Amino acid sequence: MSFWIEQTFAGLSYGGLLFLLASGLSLIFGVMRIINMAHGSYFILGAYIGVTVVEVTGSWLLALLLASLAVAILGIFMHRFFLRVLGHGVAAELPQVMITVGFLFIIQQASIDIWGGDPMIVKVPSYLDWSMEIGGIFFPVYRIFMLVVACVMAVTLWLGLEKTRAGAMVRASVDDSEMTRGLGINTERLSMAIFGLGAFLAGLGGVIGGGFIGVYPGLDFQILPLAFAVVIIGGLGTLRGAALGSLIVGLMDTFGKALFPELSYFTLFAPMAIVLAIKPTGLFGRA
Amino acid sequence: MFSGRPRAVFTVLLVLVVLAAVTPFLPEYVCILLIQALIFGILAMGLDLLLGYTGLPSLGQAAYFGVGAYAVAILTTRYEFGFFPTVVLAILLSAAVAAIFGLIAIRAKGVYFLMLTLALAMVVWGLAWRWTSLTDGDNGITGIPRPELGFDLNSYINLFYFILFVFVLCLGALYVLVNSPFGRTLVGIREREERMQMLGYNVWLHKYLAFIFSGIFAGIAGVLWAYYKNFVTPDDLFIDVSVEALLMVALGGPATLVGATIGAGVIVFLRNYVSIYYSGWPYILGAMYIFTILYLPEGLMGIARRFRRRAETEKLDE
Repeated sequence: MSFWIEQTFAGLSYGGLLFLLASGLSLIFGVMRIINMAHGSYFILGAYIGVTVVEVTGSWLLALLLASLAVAILGIFMHRFFLRVLGHGVAAELPQVMITVGFLFIIQQASIDIWGGDPMIVKVPSYLDWSMEIGGIFFPVYRIFMLVVACVMAVTLWLGLEKTRAGAMVRASVDDSEMTRGLGINTERLSMAIFGLGAFLAGLGGVIGGGFIGVYPGLDFQILPLAFAVVIIGGLGTLRGAALGSLIVGLMDTFGKALFPELSYFTLFAPMAIVLAIKPTGLFGRA
Repeated sequence: MFSGRPRAVFTVLLVLVVLAAVTPFLPEYVCILLIQALIFGILAMGLDLLLGYTGLPSLGQAAYFGVGAYAVAILTTRYEFGFFPTVVLAILLSAAVAAIFGLIAIRAKGVYFLMLTLALAMVVWGLAWRWTSLTDGDNGITGIPRPELGFDLNSYINLFYFILFVFVLCLGALYVLVNSPFGRTLVGIREREERMQMLGYNVWLHKYLAFIFSGIFAGIAGVLWAYYKNFVTPDDLFIDVSVEALLMVALGGPATLVGATIGAGVIVFLRNYVSIYYSGWPYILGAMYIFTILYLPEGLMGIARRFRRRAETEKLDE
């Protein structure tokens, strides 16, 4: 019994981490129809910068803030100077993918040059680095924290999208970006803000994830398909989809690794195949 | 560029003949790079069928490449299969995996297709990495023997001719394919899917077959790769293989077939020569993606096309 509780908890908290990554990916796609292949790179960059900030200042909270902001700035830079010029629409999709792949390789090599090839870990403050015992089962507090951050972010994003004027503009832009432009809303500025926000979330996920799975060369490529699996299952451009997809992928991945270590990645295949067979745009996605 | 005009076919044949004639006089190092370029050329041309002609951006070609390579590795080292059964089984396996993945992927459109093919390919990578009882995991499988076909394939020049022969067969098959009514229908689907549907073409079946064919060529490339390298590791089917295949097609020029091979050649040679002098190859690779998209939307073949167009208009002016 304790195995199932422990693994479920591990899966849920891992899902929380994936939500930070995938919600940004999903938001960016929803507003701009850009698939950001460099999203995993934002994640590792957040983690690496987090490592350095903790080393230099000793403050983990500062690392959370600075690393996420730095990644957000990088995201805005990429969008402003490289992605915007490609325009909108289906014809721009593949070029946008290729440009972000280019950044993926550049960030990959830059992080090896700056931080070296050895695995690193973001040092977690001692008040989060212990385990809580409930009924004979140990729950790492850091994992509880990950889940809490994801929930807080999910609620904040949901409130922001549903209850604010900016959120209404974003939703309008997701539904029909041409019409939204026609109404006189500056979708360029909106796109920039959303790209920055998506990058911010990935950077935040990187610092938090860097305290738990660590960070090493190649992690960018490994985590990206998980984020993709989340949005394939949940549907692109929906917050609900990202949330549910994250939980499904988090649980499937964790149980897969625990129960069938040899076939662990295969356990992601099943839910994707089933969801797509029923609904090609994902559970909450719209065509 | 390679669309049924006899002059273009003649040029390509001439280049291949010159390549075959010159290679024995080149250093062995160059011969090895040519082998790699031809193998990746087959992979990239297979992707071009899907991306350039059908308009389906697959980011999962590494999966079928890897299935072909691992099938050769496992069948020859563990079960001591001969050359022909190994090759036939390996290609059939790649086709089977493509047929299964295609059923799922073809349902998705545009970027969904792209993400899905990437995620599916990652599943295959995960198997190669984790299914240690079958694949030996991270260590990979070593000691794959070169096939015995009556001439010594352990010499690189003989291996080069063997792979050039397979390459020409693949190029010929793809050339016939894209110029057949089937290939023309694929282009129609790329340009205007709804109209093709209305005209009564079975769009799904055409896409599905293109997907499987593309997987078969990736599988053939994987088979050759395993024989050439004598060992396979999970790295051989990691995402960067799929992603680089995409660059090869875009750099050479989509929907040109030979362009994909030129793209493959440029990347293979650049990577090896740059790496001698400079350790930051990924910077250059990354910059090539960005540069290609911003400045070479029609790829290298597009440059040649532009020159020819200019020459033709000048001739008209006279």
